[in-house]
Amino acid sequence: MSYRLGVDVGGTFTDLLLVDEKSGDIHTAKVPSTPHDSSVGVLNGIEKVCRNAKINPEAITHVMHGTTVATNTILEMSGAKVGLVTTNGYRQTLQIARSFVPGGLGGWVIYNKSLPLAPLALTIEADERVGADGKIVRKLKTAALERDMRRLKKKGIEALTVCLINSFANPANEKAVGRVAKKVFGKMPISLSSDVVPEMQEYERTITTVANSYVRPKVEKYVRNLTRELKKKMKDVQLHVLRSDGGLASAKAAEAYPVNLLMSGPAGGVSGAIWVAEQAGFPNILTFDMGGTSTDVALVEKGEAQLRRETTVGDVVVRASSVDVRTVGAGGGSIAHVPELTGALRVGPQSAGAAPGPAAYDKGGVEPTVTDANVVLGYLPTEVKLGGDMKIRKDLAEKAVKRVADPLGLTVKAAAEGIIALVNENMYGALRLVSVEKGYDPRDFALMGFGGAGPLHANALGKLSNAWPVIIPPGPGVLCAYGDATTRVRDEASRTIIQRFSSTTAKALAADCRKLAAQATKTLDNEGVPKKDQETAFEADIRYSGQGLSLTIGFELAELEKKGLDLIGDQFDEMHRQLFTFALPEDKEVVNLRAVAQGKATVVRAQSVGKGGKDPSAAKLADIKVYIDGKDRAAILYDRGKLKGGNVVPGPAIVQEMDSTTLILPDHTGTVDDFGNILINPA
Amino acid sequence: MPASIVETRPKPFKRVDIDPITLDIIENAMLNARWEMDAVLFRTAMSPGIREQGDAFPMIANLDGKMVVGQFGSFIYGFKEAYDGTIEEGDIFFMNDPYTCNGAISHANDWLILRPIFKDGRLVSYAAHFGHMTDIGGKVPGSLPTDARQIFEEGIRVPPTKIFKKDELQEDVLEIILHNCRMPQWNRSDFNAIIASVRTAEKRILEMCDRFGDDIYYSALEELLDRNKRAMQKLIKDTIPTKKQSFEDYICDDGMGMGPYKIKCSLWREGNKAVFDFTGTDPQSIASVNFLLNEEMFKMFCGVYMIMVFDPQIMFNDGFYELIDVHIPEGTLLKPKFPAALSCRTHALGRIFDVLGALLGQGNPDFLNAAGFSDSPHLMYSGHDKNGEWYQLFQIGFGGVPGRPFGDGPDGHSLWPNFTNVPNEFLESYFPLRIETYETIPDSGGAGHHRGGNAIHMEYRFLEDGEISIHDDRWLTKPWGVNGGTPGLRSTKVLERADGTTALLPSKGDNIVVKEGDLLHFNTWGGGGWGDPLTRDPEKVVFDVDAGLVTIEGAKRYGVVLKKDLSVDEKKTKALRARMAKKRGKTKVFDFGGTIPELKKRCKKETGMEPPEQPVFQGAADKGKRKTKRKAAKRKAKAKSAKAKRKTAKRRAA
Repeated sequence: MSYRLGVDVGGTFTDLLLVDEKSGDIHTAKVPSTPHDSSVGVLNGIEKVCRNAKINPEAITHVMHGTTVATNTILEMSGAKVGLVTTNGYRQTLQIARSFVPGGLGGWVIYNKSLPLAPLALTIEADERVGADGKIVRKLKTAALERDMRRLKKKGIEALTVCLINSFANPANEKAVGRVAKKVFGKMPISLSSDVVPEMQEYERTITTVANSYVRPKVEKYVRNLTRELKKKMKDVQLHVLRSDGGLASAKAAEAYPVNLLMSGPAGGVSGAIWVAEQAGFPNILTFDMGGTSTDVALVEKGEAQLRRETTVGDVVVRASSVDVRTVGAGGGSIAHVPELTGALRVGPQSAGAAPGPAAYDKGGVEPTVTDANVVLGYLPTEVKLGGDMKIRKDLAEKAVKRVADPLGLTVKAAAEGIIALVNENMYGALRLVSVEKGYDPRDFALMGFGGAGPLHANALGKLSNAWPVIIPPGPGVLCAYGDATTRVRDEASRTIIQRFSSTTAKALAADCRKLAAQATKTLDNEGVPKKDQETAFEADIRYSGQGLSLTIGFELAELEKKGLDLIGDQFDEMHRQLFTFALPEDKEVVNLRAVAQGKATVVRAQSVGKGGKDPSAAKLADIKVYIDGKDRAAILYDRGKLKGGNVVPGPAIVQEMDSTTLILPDHTGTVDDFGNILINPA
Repeated sequence: MPASIVETRPKPFKRVDIDPITLDIIENAMLNARWEMDAVLFRTAMSPGIREQGDAFPMIANLDGKMVVGQFGSFIYGFKEAYDGTIEEGDIFFMNDPYTCNGAISHANDWLILRPIFKDGRLVSYAAHFGHMTDIGGKVPGSLPTDARQIFEEGIRVPPTKIFKKDELQEDVLEIILHNCRMPQWNRSDFNAIIASVRTAEKRILEMCDRFGDDIYYSALEELLDRNKRAMQKLIKDTIPTKKQSFEDYICDDGMGMGPYKIKCSLWREGNKAVFDFTGTDPQSIASVNFLLNEEMFKMFCGVYMIMVFDPQIMFNDGFYELIDVHIPEGTLLKPKFPAALSCRTHALGRIFDVLGALLGQGNPDFLNAAGFSDSPHLMYSGHDKNGEWYQLFQIGFGGVPGRPFGDGPDGHSLWPNFTNVPNEFLESYFPLRIETYETIPDSGGAGHHRGGNAIHMEYRFLEDGEISIHDDRWLTKPWGVNGGTPGLRSTKVLERADGTTALLPSKGDNIVVKEGDLLHFNTWGGGGWGDPLTRDPEKVVFDVDAGLVTIEGAKRYGVVLKKDLSVDEKKTKALRARMAKKRGKTKVFDFGGTIPELKKRCKKETGMEPPEQPVFQGAADKGKRKTKRKAAKRKAKAKSAKAKRKTAKRRAA
């Protein structure tokens, strides 16, 4: 018997999902998180889930884990002291960045730029030069570099990054710098840009590689610690970490290339959502993951999440593939305010965060947040408590919302509804980014709401986007654990080549692809994935020669060799037309080539909640009042844990569980399916 | 005759009451649509100017043509006034001649696409977008001839033209236009991209009408315009005194050896209205530095600068236009008469922002910013490579953002909305050049409590023989500091020839021949400093020195003396600060680094360049008519000598 385990460490709870590899049977467990050392919570959870399943922990062979360590390191600016080596004349690449000032005309008046992740004081230059064509213009002067490195060493850096101009075309000089660095710095982590992201554009490559160095020591420590603790109980276990692109990385790869983990958390949610939606029979979904300070949305088509070649965390944007999750800086903690000058209602961008938090949490917050508005309207009921130890005070929420109600000349409830409407509109804007703007019609998708606040707002977003049904999966933490447990080992290798169609051949591209494939599958070999379970897919980033951004086209190698470059060219024209309404007669060019290798998917069988009749009243907790569309209405509060498959919950209703609350609006019904998902549809 | 609008179902919209929440939602939705326009454009445009640097401006207007969301204000009034045809469903207008649309765009490189949006036979809105084309023909690659005397020398001119009729592209017309451009494939792609952008806006607007109802959409736009008006009314009353205040700034020269050109603006309040009066601005130039400034557009600049600090989330719109009067005398640099050349208007356009900031700020020094990077310096490089293929680069440079009440100015950043630099690796891959250095210039930002941002030093190594054009400014006048802050460093251009000689290049010029292996130092300018440098935290100065942004010598401008280990020498710092404070006396609101006569006098010594001559103006302004006539003969002579000088300068460069 062998088992794999999905683990999601959230702010409050750690969720675990144990999967029998053969039968696909599952067991779940939820334990409190232990922020000081999350491995403690994980081990507690393992003990509990094994007890439930009556198995020996030694039977667990793989642990899959999505983590926010990398993300938080950047958000909290708590990363390593990073040294940087650039080409002569490029020391200030990060300082100048792309010269971009946000905020439109006059935005510079109020813009204050954050400091670069690698301080200028810790940036040195290497005397060397590679041309754009890959030719060495100037060989590296090693003696001077070594001297400068020794000086840098004295400044106590904790990680080193090397990013030289045009190293995407030829990494020789970068490797030479790496050798000198090894001599000087010994075991300290060293990241070369040609390893991390061998693609054109020096600023993007530098920031990506620096971000890698910046989060590396923390991630390394975290992964090593967790591995050590796990091995104490399960000596042959392999730890895998979920990557931003939804694939799995070995512990070792995670340590070396943590920049690929920046979206690990959200990717787990999306992967889980994909799995849940497939069980429920909806391969096309929009995911809507609303938390305290931000909200992530993504589009899933035919069970595959859209990927993009960019990851954004705070104001750091790096070149690393990630599930195309758009993040809006608005969530339950976003603060509503009314600027005196315009008298308009604004929600965000300021957030009450965890401290002081929403006013209703009684931790000192006085500003009205989205959560407070939900409390005022009765969507977050104060009547009955289910687990957790968070106290909710309606009076404080009302007091806070009054601060915006007064200048707007509205009642407290009307103002609260305004806050909700406005934040929903922001969310809808994000959903449009991933759907309408990419040529997809939201009506062809179901909408899945999760995260702490997602289930409260999902029904309203269904109304705005006409994406039905709105699916509310059980337990946001379990969802991520599902995601962790059901993803596959994955790695990719890519290269910038920049070849015009008129000057290359399908054969030449195929040869490049094979080289990349060999590189990508090596990771899988190392993981012990048998060759027969490995799948390699190929992608090319294509654009009209001279155009800015490229579109990613997937293809099969055999077909490319058979049909030639038109195979990709025609797909590109079609996609360009779909997205931008026109195609051009210009020559096309391949910018990047990529091979993506994946292992086999695990079979997991969803847990059933048991069958029931249409009537949900067995799960009823209380009669309550909610304020919707300008009036108070009678509604019923239900216990999510007691709902059975087949139950139909008429709106308005609130469905509560330990870590989330669902709002079903009037004129809508929520039907519970066999797996405990609530499917909301217009009545 | 103004344009006539043809509606098949002309029924006026009903103004209905809108609750504040719906209004905020529509505001958001409009903003989303505007960002989407940019996204579509940048993804599909081809010229680096648009797709990498973002030199393009979208707008959505209400049915009267008032801008509801956008950046540079509405130019639809201007267009409607000047165009005497019909506006019908299925039309898309194309234009680039500033004179035929009242300066809706201000030079012919900007191609403007305008789409009237109809729903059920009624006009509901307009969507428009304009972008800078790398080339539109004319006498020099890049189509910005410094020495043009008439707009006819500046490439193809297109009056307002229906490039789509009944949603049918007029291909013949487009082909004629493209035929006149040096890089037609870029123009074609950029054209398509702009069309796609306005069509996207149209889709979103129609969706909004469906979602909320036509009358609500109409009324919401009206209400949004009113909201801006109310906000601006309050700001005008609170911040603009009735007493007249004036400010003058300059563009250094016209590239023909003459300058500086004065831009003067006065501001006062009359009741509810703010009055901006450009009387005193120099007459129009005989060269191409004229800037046909559309009054409505200028109002938008004013509004944005006034409101940014108070509600940055606001969606700027035209609602407040009647609260501002703008007077620009005809025949001046800012309102030249046809057919004056306009292509190099970027310097005056940029300088307007410094003038505006100073005018609005001098009454409220707390909100006053220093002089910033008020220009967009261009480099053009073109020729035939060794394979006989034509290459042509148009690139915009950046410099120091000024010190501001909010903090230090970023180094080497853009003052223009949403502009970005071009990755050097991209440049090297697509053009025959190598960028050997790309860094900021230490000490180039003015000293201040908040320092000005540093200028950029960019070294271009040319790998093919070719020609370059340069368009820059602030080589003579300085980016001024405020409230005790000192001016930023001025711009310079130096060409190191492969043959070992070195030439100082003027800040403006065309057809400068470069050879393979030549190295161009393109140095932009720094931002002015804000506030008293002697009050800057010495540790901040140490940080900048450590970072290489300020030198040890430069730290002394802050009165900070550093020890060998780069720590602050407290004692010496205290003493130096005391000495400097005494010597300087009370700080001035503005520090220009010298008057124009002083700067001219020191010009040769400090910059290595001859000072420019007093300009010979073209035609005459409202006032100075008689004076001009009297001195006509004298000026003619001067023009001759200026021309001769320019030739000398060019020979020197060559």
